Amino acid sequence: MLPFIETIYAQILLMLIPLTIISWLITRLAFYLHDKSSNQKSMIDQINRLLPQTQCGQCGHAGCRPYAKAISQGEAINKCPPGGSQTIIRLANLLNEAHQPLDPAHGENQPFAIAVIREDECIGCTKCIQACPVDAILGAQKLMHTVIEIECTGCDLCVEPCPVDCIDMIVTSKDTRWTWPLPSHVATPRGLMESVL
Amino acid sequence: MTIVDRLLGFKRNPRVHKIPGGIKPPAFKASSLRSRIMPTPIPRKLIMPLLQHQGVAACPVVAVGDRVLKYQLLAEARGTSSVALHAPTSASIVEISNTLVANGSAELQLCILLEPDGADVAVEITPIPDYRALSHLQLLELVTAAGICGMGGAGFPLAEKLRLSIDKGVELLIINAAECEPYISADEALIRERAELVVAGSKILQSICLASRCIIAIADDKTAAITALVNALQNSSIELVQVRAKYSIGGEKQLIQAVTGVEVPVGKLPSDIGVLMQNVGTAYAVYEAIVEGRPCISRITTVTGSPLITPKNFETLIGTPVSFLFDLCGIDKSAHTGSIMGGSLMGIALPSTKVPVVKTTNCLIATCAEEFPPAAPEQACIRCGFCATACPVSLLPQQLYAFARSREQDQLIDYGLFDCIECGACAYVCPSQIPLVQYYRASKAEIHEHRAQQLQSAHWQTRFQYHQYRLKEQKDEARERKSSRIETQAAKTSNGHFSRVRAREEIADAVARVKARKSKFISSSNIDQEKKD
Repeated sequence: MLPFIETIYAQILLMLIPLTIISWLITRLAFYLHDKSSNQKSMIDQINRLLPQTQCGQCGHAGCRPYAKAISQGEAINKCPPGGSQTIIRLANLLNEAHQPLDPAHGENQPFAIAVIREDECIGCTKCIQACPVDAILGAQKLMHTVIEIECTGCDLCVEPCPVDCIDMIVTSKDTRWTWPLPSHVATPRGLMESVL
Repeated sequence: MTIVDRLLGFKRNPRVHKIPGGIKPPAFKASSLRSRIMPTPIPRKLIMPLLQHQGVAACPVVAVGDRVLKYQLLAEARGTSSVALHAPTSASIVEISNTLVANGSAELQLCILLEPDGADVAVEITPIPDYRALSHLQLLELVTAAGICGMGGAGFPLAEKLRLSIDKGVELLIINAAECEPYISADEALIRERAELVVAGSKILQSICLASRCIIAIADDKTAAITALVNALQNSSIELVQVRAKYSIGGEKQLIQAVTGVEVPVGKLPSDIGVLMQNVGTAYAVYEAIVEGRPCISRITTVTGSPLITPKNFETLIGTPVSFLFDLCGIDKSAHTGSIMGGSLMGIALPSTKVPVVKTTNCLIATCAEEFPPAAPEQACIRCGFCATACPVSLLPQQLYAFARSREQDQLIDYGLFDCIECGACAYVCPSQIPLVQYYRASKAEIHEHRAQQLQSAHWQTRFQYHQYRLKEQKDEARERKSSRIETQAAKTSNGHFSRVRAREEIADAVARVKARKSKFISSSNIDQEKKD
C-alpha cells in the first residue's frame, strides 16, 4: 500500500482530486452568477418592453428602462401615467402581482398629445432640444426650432424649460379614429374586473 | 329536390366534405325571387365613393364641372390594391366631397357626386367576343382596367387576387355560388337567368389564373339555379358541386374545405394551397368586362324586406341611392324601421337611406319591427356552449367573449381571435343575446392598435438609446479635451513638475518682452511726433 502511494503517479492523482473538486465548484459558482445576472437583465427587458417608452420621467426615473430596473427590484408598478391601466394589468400579469389603480401622485392618463412649437415665437434658445429625450426637436442657436411630429413621444419634457412658453401639447387625430367599441356592459359578477379597467 | 335526389346527389359528389358548425336560419329568399332581374332607371343623383373595396381608395381624374360619358374613367387605381371607378351613365360632376356612405360608423368618405343628364351617351368600348385570342396577361390587364372587385361582399380587388394566384400557381378555381346568408338572392337570380354568361365568365377567369380545374360550388337548395347551371354546363369541362345549404358555407375558407376537404392553414391564403375562389357575381362582371367590353358600372342587388311591396333583384347602377331602390319596390313607410346593407347576419345597419349602392352591395334589407326587433339587453353568459357548436371555424366563442371582456389580448390571440370570420353564427344562437361579434371586432381593433403602439414604443426606445449614446459620446469628448489640455499645460512645465526657478525665469522673460515692446512703441511714437513737428 505504502510503496504505491509514494510513487509519483499516486501523488499526482492525490493532487488532482482536490483540484477537480475546486475547479468544479468555481465553474458552478460562475454559472450561477451568470444566470442570476442574465435573468435579472432579461426581466428588466421584459418589463421595459411593456412600458410605453415615452421617456417622460413621470414615474420619477430618468426614462423607461431605469423605471423597469426599479420595478425589477420591487418598486410599485402603478407609477406610469402614459401607460395607464393597460400597462399596469400587463405588468401585474408578468410579475404575478395584484392589479391596482394608477397612482395619482404621478399624474393621470391623458390622450396622446404631441408637442408643437409656435414657430414665430421661438427665440432659438435650444433649451427644449436639450430636454427632449428622443432628439425629436430640430433647430440651432438663435434659429427657429421645430418638432419632428412622427418622432415625438408626447413626454411633455420640453414644455417646462421653454422661456417664452411657445410649446403646446396638441391631441392628435390618431386617438380619435373610429373603431368598433366594446358593447356597453350590464352588471355581472365580473364587476371586479370592470372596476380595475 | 327530394330526399332521394339529395342522397344521390351526395353520392355522385364524393368531393363534398363536412365542415364544422353552421346554423340554418330561415332563408327569406322566396319573396325577392318571385320576379325576374329588373334593370333600374337612371336616378337623378349618383354618389360614387372612391373606396368601395378593401385596400386603397382610387384617385379621381375628373374635376367638378366636367361632363363625363358612360363608361368613362372617374378615378384611377392607386397601386395594385386599388380599383378603378367608371361613370355609370353620362353625367356632369357636381361635387367631390366627403359624403355619408355605408360603413360601420357614421364616418364620411370622399365621393364623386354625379348628376346624370338622362341621355346615357357612352364612350366607345371594344368587345372581345373570343377571349382565346388574347394571352392571360392581356386578359388580366383588361380585367384590371375594368375596375372589378370581389362582388360577394368582402370586396377584395380582383386583379390583385388574380395576380397573386398566377404568381403562386393555383390549380383549382372555385366559383362561389353558395350564397348562404338569409335574404340575399342576387347570385341565385343571376344564375337562374344568365347561367351561360356566368359559365363564360368562369372560363375566362380560369384561363387568366391558369387553373387546370374549375368547379362551381352551389348550395343544394337553389333548385332553379342548379337546373340552369346543369344545362349551361353540358359539354363543358367545368364541374358542378352541390354543397349542403347551411349558413356560412359560403365563406371562402369554409367552401374550400367543403369542396376540397383541405383546410386553409392559419395565417395563409387560399392561393397558398393552390386554390382561387371567386364569386359568381365577379365571374359575371368579368364576362361583361371582356366579352362585352364594358367596365364594372352595375351589379345585381337584392332589395327585400317585409315593408317593401314587391321585393326583387335589380340590375342597378353603382352609386344609386338606397332610397331610390326602395321607392322602386314601393315601401310602406309606417312599417319601415331601418335598413341593412348585406345579409341579416353580417350586414351593416345603414345610417340613412341616402347612402349609395357600391360594388360590394349584394343585398339591401328594409327592416320592420317584427322581423328585426331592437336588440334585447345582453345577459350573462351561462356557458351553454351553443356558440362553440355553431362556430364554422371551430373556435370557442364563449372563451373569446370572456377574454374580450377582461381584455386579455394574448389569450385572445392564442384562442384564435384572428381566425374568426365574424359570421355571427355564435351571436345568432346565443340564448343570452350577447352581441359576440361586436366584442370580437372591438378586440381585434384593440389588438391592432396595441401592436401599432408596440412598434412605436420600440422605435422610441431606439431613439432614446441613440440619444443616451450621443450624450455619453459628448461627455467623453469633453473629458478627453479637458485631459489633453491639462497634458499640454503640464508639458510646458518641466517634466510635469512645478518649478519655482523656471517660473521665475518665465516671469522675467515676460517682463523683458513687455518692456522691449513698450520702449519700441515709445520710440516709434517719438519718431511720429518728430515727423509731425
